[in-house]
Formats: sequence, structure tokens, C-alpha cells
Amino acid sequence: MISGRGAPTRRQLLSAIGMMGGTAALYAMMTEFGHAAETRFPGPPNLSGARPGASVIILGAGLAGMLAAYELRKAGYKVRILEYQGRAGGRNWSLYGGDKFTEMGGATQNVQFAKGNYLNPGPWRIPHHHRTLLHYCKAFGVALEPFIQFNHNAYVHNTDAFGGKPQRYRALAADFEGNVAELLGKAIDQKSLDTRLTAEDQDRLKEALRNWGMLDGDMRYAKNLRSSSHRGYDLPPGGGVNGAPQPSDLLPFDQVVRSGIATNMAFFMNEEFQTTMFQPVGGMGKIGEGFARQVGDLVTYNAKVTKLFQDKTGVTVTYTDTAKGGTTEAKADFCVCTIPLAVLSQIETNMTEKKTAAIQAVPYSNSVKIGLEMKRRFWEEDAEIFGGHSFTNQDISLISYPNFDYFKTGPAVLLGAFASNAGGYRLAGMTPEQRIETALEQGSVFHPESYRKEFMNGASVAWNRVPWVMGCCARWNEDTRKTHYQELVAVEDRIVLAGEHASYVGCWMEGALLSSIDAITRLHKRALEA
Amino acid sequence: MTHIKTLAALAAFALLASPALADEPGPGGTKPVIPKNGEETYKMVCQACHMADAKGATGAGTFPALAGNDKLGTAEYPIFMVVNGKGGMPYFYDTMSPQQIAEVVTYVRTHFGNAYKDPVTAAQVKAIMDARGK
Repeated sequence: MISGRGAPTRRQLLSAIGMMGGTAALYAMMTEFGHAAETRFPGPPNLSGARPGASVIILGAGLAGMLAAYELRKAGYKVRILEYQGRAGGRNWSLYGGDKFTEMGGATQNVQFAKGNYLNPGPWRIPHHHRTLLHYCKAFGVALEPFIQFNHNAYVHNTDAFGGKPQRYRALAADFEGNVAELLGKAIDQKSLDTRLTAEDQDRLKEALRNWGMLDGDMRYAKNLRSSSHRGYDLPPGGGVNGAPQPSDLLPFDQVVRSGIATNMAFFMNEEFQTTMFQPVGGMGKIGEGFARQVGDLVTYNAKVTKLFQDKTGVTVTYTDTAKGGTTEAKADFCVCTIPLAVLSQIETNMTEKKTAAIQAVPYSNSVKIGLEMKRRFWEEDAEIFGGHSFTNQDISLISYPNFDYFKTGPAVLLGAFASNAGGYRLAGMTPEQRIETALEQGSVFHPESYRKEFMNGASVAWNRVPWVMGCCARWNEDTRKTHYQELVAVEDRIVLAGEHASYVGCWMEGALLSSIDAITRLHKRALEA
Repeated sequence: MTHIKTLAALAAFALLASPALADEPGPGGTKPVIPKNGEETYKMVCQACHMADAKGATGAGTFPALAGNDKLGTAEYPIFMVVNGKGGMPYFYDTMSPQQIAEVVTYVRTHFGNAYKDPVTAAQVKAIMDARGK
């Protein structure tokens, strides 16, 4: 075990730093999978010159489908969209007071949020380098505001550290960096780095460590005003007679390491989670509404696709009207299919064996989000937390504070859970009432005096049980990428697939748009060659 | 012992998944509640889609019923599906131990109107896991 303040052994040092190395290695692996790749946006596709009368049928009115419709209509195609739901936008979606949501299995929730409050069940934050999405938000008049991704004053909770008492991110991060700086300084003094660095570079590194880790003149990380300027004061600087600040106690380093703070720090270093991030004003669903303003006239709603066939002359899509009943066959020259794979894998098609295998090879993730409406902003008023996330190792993973209407009196909705993996399955299997109860129980660790007291109502979305997608996002791995990805994205005669599942920017709206642009560009080329 | 393995497997899953697999929760959720037997695994994992009564559900597609399902008669079929997944069914070879899969498959085959008495063993599951990709 790593001791609090004593001199560290080499093994203790490596163990402390190894956590960072491990994360870096993991990050490198993720990059190889493509999850960390930055977006590539060459600009809008500028397609033109469609053959007169040529038609395209688009399956799905999510962002990929609506972008395809917008650009293909501009190129001169006759376009229509079939959509399973009674609304456009797909996973780009917000739930407001008055909305009703029925999940698979039949549980129905009537959302009771006050006016202006909302839950974004799916996408909720936009990286500043997702340029395709930002481009179309601007083009379609969708107003954006900052999403507070990184808040030093939010909490980190781990049931195995500090007796389960949450600590402020800033104190944990400062103490982690300060201790690592001190340990590395000692490693230099003990000649451990002599084979790696010249004496001169070791001196430079020591100076850097002193500045980075807030070490004192003796290269020690200690309780003083210098360390407190990073980790926070016992008594902060004030005015007048008693204005002098008082330094704060350091946390025991073994507990700091155990809290998992290094993983939190690594998370915020991930390129897709670095500031600045954005959200639409009024809810994420505003983006889908913006797209629907452009192409809503092309959409047939409540259309459940049951068959997708193609031959030498065209594409035939069979769909049933889930509102009025009745089955219809729609024909077009070409098809852009954005139906999520979990659903598409159950639709009858005459696509090749290889394509079918690809469609069936990619499982979907299982996120659960829960919105909790509170009578007042106790996180702001009592804990000085304005936006950002508090993380926990429990099922709920985190709670996240609203990024708008700061200081406002009256009810506000905070995100009470963003669970995935094991925790996501567990919450998804519960009734909506059980989910709220679990979210209250687990989230109370952060704000024990207020959490239950101020709670008014809540709403939850378990993506496994969302009838129109039956999962959250396509989850590729190295093997499935190698075996199936190119097959999945290839134009097959008259049909091309598009959506976040057909991209390396999986589970981001940017991936859906980049996939769509690439798919329609290839389809257009194919159409002109035909 | 088997549950220690299960716990280790789930912990590995949580750790691997934590750094930004797409827009996912991030560093949290690394210590989920761990199921202790087949029934708990069903409740904490399977019923998310197959529902508490194992009757499945239908939306744009269908989560099949496990209740009264003849396909469960051959134990290898449900084992194969849990291990390898297909379509909307995710694979669990990387997140569940053979023992945990054996327990949950046994549970489903002896509940919800299914009465296949032969218990599924971890060895049977392991054989199917080992055959992956061959």
C-alpha cells in the first residue's frame, strides 16, 4: 500500500505513476479502434446534376437520414423519408413536461418537468471540433450555448476511498499531482533517472515538477498556501482585518489514489471531452427540429419498415402504418437506409450474405439516463457547483448539473444517472419507479441533506427499451471492424447504409452526419454511373 | 471462487469501458452491484430486454420471449447466444464468466414455464467460448 507522507519506495512510485501509464496505454488502444479520432469535415457535399426523375427513399428521419434528404434534394433527386416514430430527430431528442414516453414492455411515463426544464436522454454535449454538426446547426438556425464539461468544484465519490465520503475534484487532482511531483523529484534525487536524462535536464524537470505540483522550496508537497492555491483553502482569502487565508490539510495519498482520480483526470484529457463543449439552447432535440424544418415535408411518419428489397430496376420498401394500419409498398431508384442495426437485423431484405452478416455482427450499448427535478438549485446555493459532473463508482456513474438558468429560483432538472455496462443493464431492467428510487439513493451521497428533500419528480430512458432503436449505439471492436466494417458501409447495388453505426465516430451525432455525407456522395456517383 | 472470477470479469469490463468509448459515462460506474446467482444475473442483465416475466417485447423489432421457448431445449443454443450474441442480442464472452453464464442459462431453462432439468455446466460454456473464431 502507498503510505501517506513517508518516503516512497521505488515500487510505490511506479505503482502511483503506473496508473497514468495504464490509462495512456488504454487511450492508445482506443485510438486504434477509432474512438478517439478527430472528425473530418470537408464541407457540405455540394452534390449536383442528378438524372431527371431519379428518386431516393430514405429510411429513418434521424440526423443521418434528414441530412441525406436535405443534400440529395438539393442535388436534384426526388426524395422521401419513412420514419417509424411520430416525430423526426431520432436519438436527437429531449423530454419536456407534458411529454409521454412508453418503453418496450409497456411502462409509460408522463413527464412532469416545469416549463423550460428537460432531460436529454441521448446526445447531450457537442465537442468543439465536431465541425459537421456545428456547420449544420449554424445553417439551420440552431442556437448553441456552452456545456460545462469540466468543473473543478464538482465531486468524485468512490465507495472504497475516504470511507465513502465524496471529495472535490480540485482537492483530489491537486493532491495527486503534488504527490506524483514530489515522488518523481525523489526519484531524480535517488539517481533513478540518470540513464534517461542528463543532469541538466533533470534540473529542468525538477523545476517543472515544483511548478506543476506546487512543491515547496525543499521539493515537498505540503500543507501551505502554495498547495492550497490549487486544492482550495481552509479559509479562503478575504478582505480587511481578517483577510489572510488559511491553508487546508492534504488528503492521505493512498486514499487519493484509491479514489480513482487519475481516471477522472484522464477522462477530461480525452480529445472528445475537452472544453469547449456545447449544447443547444432549450434541449438537444432542437437540432432534430432544425433539420426537420428543412426536410419535414418529405417525411411519412408511423411507417414501420418490414421489407427492403432491390432488383435491377429499383428498390421496394414495404411498410405498415402503425397509427392507421395498412401495408404499403414504396418504390424508388435508390435507398439510404439509416435504420439502427439492432432493428435492421430483424427486417427482411435480399441483401448479400456478407452484408447481412455485418448487420448482425454489431451489438448496441445500453445507456440509461434519468432526469430528476428538484425544487431548488441546492448544488448551486449550498455547494457552489455550477454545471459539470460529479462522478461515482456506483451504477449511476455520475450526476450532472444543468448548464443554463444559473441562480434561477424554482425547479431545475439534474441528470441523476448516466449508466452503462453492468450498471446500465441493472437500471434498465427496473421499473421507472425503481430507477428513480435507485438514482435518489445513490445520488444522495453527493448532497445528503437535500437530495431526497428537494426531489419533485423524475423521468428515465433505458435505451435497450426504446422501441425505435432497441439499444443506444453500435459498439464495434477490433475484430468486428476488421471483419465487417467495410462490408457494412459499401454501396450494395442501389442501397447504402448510413448512421453513427457506419462511422468511426460512433455514438456521436458527428458520426451520423459524416457517415451520411460519405454514403450519399458514393450513392450519387453510383447513380450517375448507372 | 467462481464469483470472484465473475467480479474480476465485470471489473475488467467496467475499467475497459470507462475511458470514453464514444459519448459514454466516463470514469464512473466501476463498482456496479454484482449478481450472486443465476436469478440475480437474469434480473440485473437479461431482463433489461427480455423483461421481468421473460415474455420479451416488441417495438420496431422484437426481443424474443424466453418464457416457454422451445429453442432452450438444446442447452447449446442459449449458451451460444449469450456467449456470441447476434443482431440485437449482445455478446457476453468478454464480461461474464463461464460459471455465471452457466448459472443464468440454467435459471432461464428451469423457470418461466421452461422445465429443462439438466443443469448447464461451466465446462459446457467454456467449450463454446473456446470455439470462438475457430
